Amino acid sequence: MPLLSYRDALNQALREEMRRDPAVFLMGEEVGVYQGAYKVSRGLLEEFGPERVVDTPITELGFAGIGVGAAMAGLRPVVEFMTWNFALLAIDQIVNSAAKMLYMSGGQVPIPIVFRGPGGAALQLAAQHSQSFEAWYANVPGLKVVMPSNPADAKGLLKSAIRDNNPVVFIEGEMMYNTKGEVPDGEHVVPLGVADVKREGTDVTIVAHAKMVGLALKAAEEMAKDGISAEVVDPRTIRPLDVATIVASVRKTNRCVIVEEGWPFAGIGAQVVDDIQREAFDWLDAPVLRVTSADVPMPYNKGLEKLAKPDVPKIREAVHRVLYRGG
Amino acid sequence: MTPKTGTTTVARPATLPADDPATMRRLMRDMLLIRRFEEKCGESYALGKIGGFCHLYIGQEAVAVGTMAALRPDDLIMTSYRDHGQALARGMTPRAVMAELFGKAAGCSGGKGGSMHLFDASLGFLGGHAIVGGHIPLATGAAFAIKYQGGDAVSVVFFGEAAVNNGAFHESLNMAALWKLPCIYICENNRYGMGTALERASALYDVVQRACSYDMPAETVDGMDVLAVRDAVHRAALRGRERKTPTLLEIRTYRFMGHSMSDPIHGHYRTKDEVEQQKTRDPIHVFAEKLRADGMLDDTAWQAMEAEIADEVGDALHFADEAPDPDASTLTTDVYREP
Repeated sequence: MPLLSYRDALNQALREEMRRDPAVFLMGEEVGVYQGAYKVSRGLLEEFGPERVVDTPITELGFAGIGVGAAMAGLRPVVEFMTWNFALLAIDQIVNSAAKMLYMSGGQVPIPIVFRGPGGAALQLAAQHSQSFEAWYANVPGLKVVMPSNPADAKGLLKSAIRDNNPVVFIEGEMMYNTKGEVPDGEHVVPLGVADVKREGTDVTIVAHAKMVGLALKAAEEMAKDGISAEVVDPRTIRPLDVATIVASVRKTNRCVIVEEGWPFAGIGAQVVDDIQREAFDWLDAPVLRVTSADVPMPYNKGLEKLAKPDVPKIREAVHRVLYRGG
Repeated sequence: MTPKTGTTTVARPATLPADDPATMRRLMRDMLLIRRFEEKCGESYALGKIGGFCHLYIGQEAVAVGTMAALRPDDLIMTSYRDHGQALARGMTPRAVMAELFGKAAGCSGGKGGSMHLFDASLGFLGGHAIVGGHIPLATGAAFAIKYQGGDAVSVVFFGEAAVNNGAFHESLNMAALWKLPCIYICENNRYGMGTALERASALYDVVQRACSYDMPAETVDGMDVLAVRDAVHRAALRGRERKTPTLLEIRTYRFMGHSMSDPIHGHYRTKDEVEQQKTRDPIHVFAEKLRADGMLDDTAWQAMEAEIADEVGDALHFADEAPDPDASTLTTDVYREP
């Protein structure tokens, strides 16, 4: 299988879907002439022209709404936010327009649209450019929320998102665009709502999504040397959440740690804990613990930033606690 | 600072339908239907049969009726939450609209939308939307789709004058002008955003001048004159169809009722005298007088029209009353479209 970067896997998905369906178009800031702020759309303007690769002014509310309106009139827009931080300006269109249109129209007006772009913490970008919004969008009925953790999933999930007849919030890892991995050529579609067990284990389940999957795998690898067998479950889609796969893993390992890059209060992990306590209560041998970012805006200082973010030692510590092991 | 196109400089297009008596009476009837329908909505709201917010269109009928008369069946329409008039003018049945207001399964949105979210996709009526200004980008996107697909339809969006201070309005007009999208922006200037007069909210009094910022054709239109509205929208539609040029229309109208059913008719923000004075411009009265003067309407025809409409609205009320509520199982349908 070819080795591709996360960035190029996304590019491949966009290119293949735009070739497959003329109703698919890409719109956003710097997606065309500039070739994408993170080069995800490299070469698409040259292949598909300015009608289908549309550079917008810096006007998130406006172009997000234009995307939703285009979907109402039969197109399948892919709206790129340069980062999800800027999408707050457009959240009215995502929540009040895209998510609710089908319902409030009594099923008449579906919104097949993908809102995509990088999210999560980056490096020393401080409070306004380093944050995770999946918990916000996952709270909204009518939206799907997808967060790929590797290049193959990035391609397969984006293809599914573009083909889906609902609004999909597709959050890419700002720090993962250069990550390389094997990506199947051509028709590689990963269904939404299906988790993936990234590493099998028997002692503890680590539920992690997006960039946190890499940390969880690294922690699992290190802990294997200490005789701890950790299973890593990547939900891949936050909404709809594949509760069955998570619960099956917890029923097997009897212990669980949930890792996310967002804030702790009302985070994704809180939802997963709720599902686990209802579906696997009798199987638990320890309270479920969560590793999250600190409950603060992201600081600029490198040392403070490191303290704020989840990392391998924090995951190991949580695993040790659910295993009641010292050190 | 003047807009590119003024009312006085544009000739009446030859493509407009002739002002024959049947067409004129149809416009009259469409306006009267909205008036009588809305009066019954007010009564039904007071009786508790309509819930939530309910914004009546009384006084503004010429805007919706004049606009729809200039459009084609394949044009796309979006509007704000004050949407009963546009829905009826576009051809949605009083039954479907009233049943929706009553929250019934037979309503145009299955009882899930209510007063502020009337939809009939088969008529290109893509909703009442309830966030001020939030639907202006949506209509701009529909215009984008029309152009993308190579069609010559237009997208039409209604909003109040209070929405023009909103970022969604400016962002939309900028992109529509920049990309040459066939969108007609209809500002129904009824003077008040809820209880705030235009001059207390906007640095510019003339909404039409907003178009100058985007080098967009614009006109000020007398919203109490159904033919003036129709002709202006027709001109805008031609620009959209033939040249993919957007237009901003400031249509000056007046709301005879409160902002919503929970609002008194004049309240603290306007005087009773002002409302009474505006009622002398009642678009239905003005047009009826014109038709009488032109010999297209007499007492007999008027009474017949009133009787027919009373029957139609009465039938809609009866239908909505008798119609079943949505089944409990529909609570969770239409959240996602599957597959």
